[in-house]
Amino acid sequence: MSTVQSPVWLGAQRATLETSVATPSGRTPSVVAAVFAAQWREIARNRWVLAYAIVLLLLTEALFQMGGSGVRALTSLLNLVLLLVPLVTSVFGVVYWYAAREFTELLLAQPVARRRLWWGLYLGLVVPLVAAFSVGLTLPLVWHRALDAETVRLLALYLGVGAALTASFGAAALWIGVRQDDRLRGLGLMLGLWFSAALAYDGVVVWLATAFSDWPLERPMLFAMLANPVDLARTALVLRLDSAALMGYTGAVMARTLGGGPGLAVSALGLALWIAGPVWLAVRAFRRKDF
Amino acid sequence: MCAGLVRVVVSATALLLGTAAVASAQRDTARVPVSSDTLIDVSPTGPIRRVTDALARVADGGRIRIAAGVYREPTLVVERPVTLDGAKGAILDGEGKRGLLVVRAPSVTVRGLVFRNTGSSQTEDRAAVRFFEGADCTVEHNRFEDTFFALLLQEMQRCVVRHNVMRGMRGTQSRTANGVHLWSSEGVVVEDNIISGHRDGIYFEFASASVARRNTVTGSLRYGLHFMFSDDCRYEANRFEANQAGVAVMYAKRVHVVGNIFARNRGSAAYGLLLKDINDSEVRGNAFTDNTVGVVLEGSNRNVVRDNRFEANGWGLRLLANAQDNQVEGNLFARNLFDVGTNSRSSYSTMRGNHWDRYRGYDLDRDGAGDVPYAPVRLFALVVERAPAALVLVRSLVAGALDLAERVAPVLTPATLIDPAPLMRRPVLAPVQAGALSLDGRVTLTGRREAAPEEF
Repeated sequence: MSTVQSPVWLGAQRATLETSVATPSGRTPSVVAAVFAAQWREIARNRWVLAYAIVLLLLTEALFQMGGSGVRALTSLLNLVLLLVPLVTSVFGVVYWYAAREFTELLLAQPVARRRLWWGLYLGLVVPLVAAFSVGLTLPLVWHRALDAETVRLLALYLGVGAALTASFGAAALWIGVRQDDRLRGLGLMLGLWFSAALAYDGVVVWLATAFSDWPLERPMLFAMLANPVDLARTALVLRLDSAALMGYTGAVMARTLGGGPGLAVSALGLALWIAGPVWLAVRAFRRKDF
Repeated sequence: MCAGLVRVVVSATALLLGTAAVASAQRDTARVPVSSDTLIDVSPTGPIRRVTDALARVADGGRIRIAAGVYREPTLVVERPVTLDGAKGAILDGEGKRGLLVVRAPSVTVRGLVFRNTGSSQTEDRAAVRFFEGADCTVEHNRFEDTFFALLLQEMQRCVVRHNVMRGMRGTQSRTANGVHLWSSEGVVVEDNIISGHRDGIYFEFASASVARRNTVTGSLRYGLHFMFSDDCRYEANRFEANQAGVAVMYAKRVHVVGNIFARNRGSAAYGLLLKDINDSEVRGNAFTDNTVGVVLEGSNRNVVRDNRFEANGWGLRLLANAQDNQVEGNLFARNLFDVGTNSRSSYSTMRGNHWDRYRGYDLDRDGAGDVPYAPVRLFALVVERAPAALVLVRSLVAGALDLAERVAPVLTPATLIDPAPLMRRPVLAPVQAGALSLDGRVTLTGRREAAPEEF
């Protein structure tokens, strides 16, 4: 992570911003666009984002070689995506926030709206990660010419779900960054959040399901799935992957609520709320923060 | 004295009855010519326009040819051995109000007719064609459309039902009945039929020594195949696809289920094949694909499940604890969400020499069987068995973690349900070729094109 704190890094950003402010036409440049552009340029060159893309690419490639079809490769990737995407976004997001702290403070000294500044920072974090994720998943399937209709539909769902998880955890990371000035503690909190959502939560759900197995739990379980973005993402994908298995009673309730066209809309809405919530929290914290 | 009186009364009665019989015979002669024929043509334009009339004058063993046209008549009753031969386009229509043909005689053949529109009934076993208490019947190359029961055989022996196409009525389970229904019959062969949209496609009830082979049964509102109390029957090379509750067979002994395809039977109570109280039977060389549950063994004992392929099912095989001494051998399990499910820690069946795509063992002595036994019951499957709602966590990391923990130190999964010698390589199973002609008339795997009724 040495690059993120180097003077070159900050210099590059400052230079970018200055050039964009001093546009000869005299237009007021969009703050969101300017900050986003600066961060994009910086992060796109960041070796961690590159590594993220390459790891996903190699995994997809390897799984494709083993499974022989796009659908099988994507199926095997399920848990990896659900684990890796929130983890990478969490860690990278927190580190990104602290690294951009001085740059942010510098910009705050300028007459720019805080809300816009935040959106610039946020998009600068999320868009490169989503791009890396998309490239990593898509490229191997493209160069193996494995993009039949079924694979394309599944891939689209994966990309959508991956983007939603990145957006959600990215916003959460920025929120924790704003609220917690201590870097180590901030990182710890974010990792705790990731651990709770991706692992501990399901453990509790299994325990509840077995402890209260005499009760009709189908609907509470569905709400439990809606109440966690990682589970919501998983159910959306699983309903497309294992429709035969999921036709038991629980599965039928699940498929009716979260499967099919309307179900996909419910999942999408749920994930959208899981983006909107953290974004709202983070923006509010950012606006109220006394830097 | 007393005896004399009795004699007088008896003879008087006989005289009376005799007169009545003669009178009724005279009335009949007035309506239809007495002379009976061995070959009668019925057509909408000919001298005999109703099948009813032809039946009244046909000789024993005679033949009635029915020309193209729609015949709307009261339910036909056949009471002597005849052959009904329909030309292309000969249609018997029940106008939604009645069954079409009742047969109470032996050696009757019904061929080439279209039976349609019987309507449904909750008070009678209304069937397009219904046979009673006879033997040696043949029902072939007919088409049944919108019929309640298509074909109902009661107390029949040695019948052949082949190359028919049956399409049930649209609606709910109670508005439609079974395609081919055997009741208390023996030695019946049901082959190469295409049956769709009935309550049960084929139902053998108290049948024995009968065979269903190369039929295609799809879209049944309940079971594709259903049999109860039907011993010594064979079910071979049929295709049962997308039936609401799959196939359920109950209370029978010495049954052979061989070389069938069970596919896409999905639903909260759908099984590829449910065996309930089935003993000393054989399930061999079938393909179970894409079902909610491939095979369930419940209260079934001493059966052999061998050389089947279980692919892409929710549950491949569910072996309940009340099923004893069953052998599961040489099967292929691949891409099932759960290969084997059970409801108890105990199991009294044996598994040996199956191939499991999840098996990660090795074979140092190169004898083809893995050196490490394989426990196909995953802990998460057991959790789902106890708490069905936990299914929402399928494919989650927690489910994976549970399975991993159990694999490392098995304490909860059934100790006895273990394959001690899993096959290292996929067994080479004969390709399953099943089913009659497909519904759109294309030749399916059996390749018996010439067998198709002409009009399809």
